[in-house]
Amino acid sequence: MLIIKDLRASIEGKEILKGVNLTVRPGEVHAIMGPNGSGKSTLSNVLTGHPAYTVTGGEVTFGGKDLLALSPEDRAHEGLFLSFQYPVEIPGVSMVNFMRAAINEKRKYFDQEPLSASDFLKLMREKRAVVELDNKLASRSVNEGFSGGEKKRNEIFQMAMLEPKLSILDETDSGLDIDALRIVASGVNKLKSEENATIVITHYQRLLDYIKPDFVHVLYKGRIVMSAGPELALELEEKGYDWIKAQVDGE
Amino acid sequence: MKEELNKTDAEKSIISQAATEEYKYGFVTDIETNVIPKGLNEDVVRHISALKNEPEWLLDMRLKAYAHWLTLKQPTWGHIDMPEIDFQDISYYAAPRKKAEGDKGEIDPELKKTFDKLGIPLEEQMRLSGMAVDAVMDSVSVTTTYREKLAELGVIFCSISEAVKDYPDLIKKYLGKVVPYTDNFYAALNTAVFSDGSFVYIPKGVRCPMELSTYFRINAAQTGQFERTLIVADDDSYVSYLEGCTAPMRDENQLHAAIVEIIVEDRAEVKYSTVQNWYPGDKDGNGGIYNLVTKRGLCRGDHSKLSWTQVETGSAITWKYPSCILKGDNSVGEFYSVALTRNYQQADTGTKMIHLGKNSSSTIVSKGISAGHSQNSYRGMVKVAPKATGCRNYTQCDSLLLSDTSGAHTFPVIEVGNDSSVVEHEATTSKINEDQIFYCNQRGISTEDAVGLIVNGYAKEVMAKLPMEFAVEAQKLLSVSLEGSIG
Repeated sequence: MLIIKDLRASIEGKEILKGVNLTVRPGEVHAIMGPNGSGKSTLSNVLTGHPAYTVTGGEVTFGGKDLLALSPEDRAHEGLFLSFQYPVEIPGVSMVNFMRAAINEKRKYFDQEPLSASDFLKLMREKRAVVELDNKLASRSVNEGFSGGEKKRNEIFQMAMLEPKLSILDETDSGLDIDALRIVASGVNKLKSEENATIVITHYQRLLDYIKPDFVHVLYKGRIVMSAGPELALELEEKGYDWIKAQVDGE
Repeated sequence: MKEELNKTDAEKSIISQAATEEYKYGFVTDIETNVIPKGLNEDVVRHISALKNEPEWLLDMRLKAYAHWLTLKQPTWGHIDMPEIDFQDISYYAAPRKKAEGDKGEIDPELKKTFDKLGIPLEEQMRLSGMAVDAVMDSVSVTTTYREKLAELGVIFCSISEAVKDYPDLIKKYLGKVVPYTDNFYAALNTAVFSDGSFVYIPKGVRCPMELSTYFRINAAQTGQFERTLIVADDDSYVSYLEGCTAPMRDENQLHAAIVEIIVEDRAEVKYSTVQNWYPGDKDGNGGIYNLVTKRGLCRGDHSKLSWTQVETGSAITWKYPSCILKGDNSVGEFYSVALTRNYQQADTGTKMIHLGKNSSSTIVSKGISAGHSQNSYRGMVKVAPKATGCRNYTQCDSLLLSDTSGAHTFPVIEVGNDSSVVEHEATTSKINEDQIFYCNQRGISTEDAVGLIVNGYAKEVMAKLPMEFAVEAQKLLSVSLEGSIG
């Protein structure tokens, strides 16, 4: 589904990703862990096409297509979704209008008719339930005045609406209390299938108790320096990153 | 500003590729038009009056206004850069030629086509029910729909020229009473040469059952449009009035200097909404309409209410301050405005709320949006007279910048003459945020659509005040006007 080969990227002339390799197949959950400043968020931004980053080398194919050649919105249409670490507020734009624009743009991309108002509202109701999102939140402006937990739930709600092939959850656990974490994680698990895949970017093992990864990767200094099964996350929780740093820096 | 500079080339190219939709209403109707020769002098004023078979008193008013105008200078206090206008290089009257006899009362098919194209069908059966239209092309009213139906309720809705003939007492009583010719340079000019416009009278106790609207169209070249609107809402009446306007695309600047006067009596309410879409000029700032307008309402009655809502997206230069004189006790004035400028457009707009009556209250919500190299100013005055105790004003004045080459300015004046009145003023300036756009992009929404959404969200509070049908149009207008204007 996603094949990243030797991906290099920089921001403001500073190289952050220094040759990332990663392959994600349908049905898999990958966790990307790593110390601060290792390039985790850069990876999600580069994959989704944030204009502040410049790709300086390597290639990424997504569903057989050259991902890096697509505009950010076309990447979204092709099924790439990012749950933002810091979802932005868009005052005055209701969630309903926002989601309708998003859904209908996607349908247009696939030459489908826009969804009727009643079908759309039905879909909203159905998907709201996935993350127990209050109707009141859904009728408010995008993220405006939402608490940290509400914002993250709103991200997963949007993920449910857009049914992506590959979802990247960027520090989705940050700022969540244990109840909100459980709701968000169970939402993600409900949306999991044999056809889609998830990349969980996280600092801590905590989220991985709820969203079970098939693979755990450690990103350090812009490279994936270690990959293993779920047991690696536990080991990191216990031992921290220093032993990996030492190993890599000692090379 | 930093953010803007950090924008990568990739983003810039996406943005510059964004299709710039051409001004949709820029066509010219090929119709025979009677245009009087260019220039302005006393004979021209007399000629216009004679063309309209006006009574002596009106000619007299025009001549006085003209004599006064000669003593005035074009005002320069606005935050706008406007060349001095050569008032001798403009024709002051242009009328689509009447068709041959035998077609009495019929509208010229070309005119009909023009208004169809503008989305204003003139046949009543084709109109969306619930809206009557006075269609004004250049200097004359072409037709007014639903007149008979409205007349059954005693509502008068006709062109001001007809009103002068048919309701001379009302016109004499009210014309020039809220905006006298001595008011300002353009008011004097308008009073001297005004050609047509709309007249509305809502009798006591009548709630006008449909929206009344005037659609102004400039067609002829090298002419100015000087129309006049007069609305009188008698005791306990209500009317919602809409105004729309467009003009062809031309390299020259054309002048539009209108006067709108509104009188609101006891417990009456008038809602006046404008969607101003005059040709704004091209992307390099050539051509476009100079929209220099005096709009003012007098809330004469106790508990009377006047609400101005305007969406200003057109014109090369906009200079207008729809105002309320709150004379009646407990009277209410409102001003809701969205002004969008892009390319080299300039807008200096706002309102005046003059509190003369006790416990009168006013609300001002102004949202400026500046893109490209445009300049967008809010200019407002809130004045509370010493005897007007217990008054209240709330002003919110927001500016949104879409580029680092545009400007947003505010010029508020507040004068409160007593201790029991409360006046609040809030102002914000913000820039459209790259992260908001990327968030939309990531959800599959293109940059142009994202900007449209964000700007409409920003303007929502004002848009919500527009009548339904108008609001949808205005929303589209905001999105379309913005295409390709970021960065």
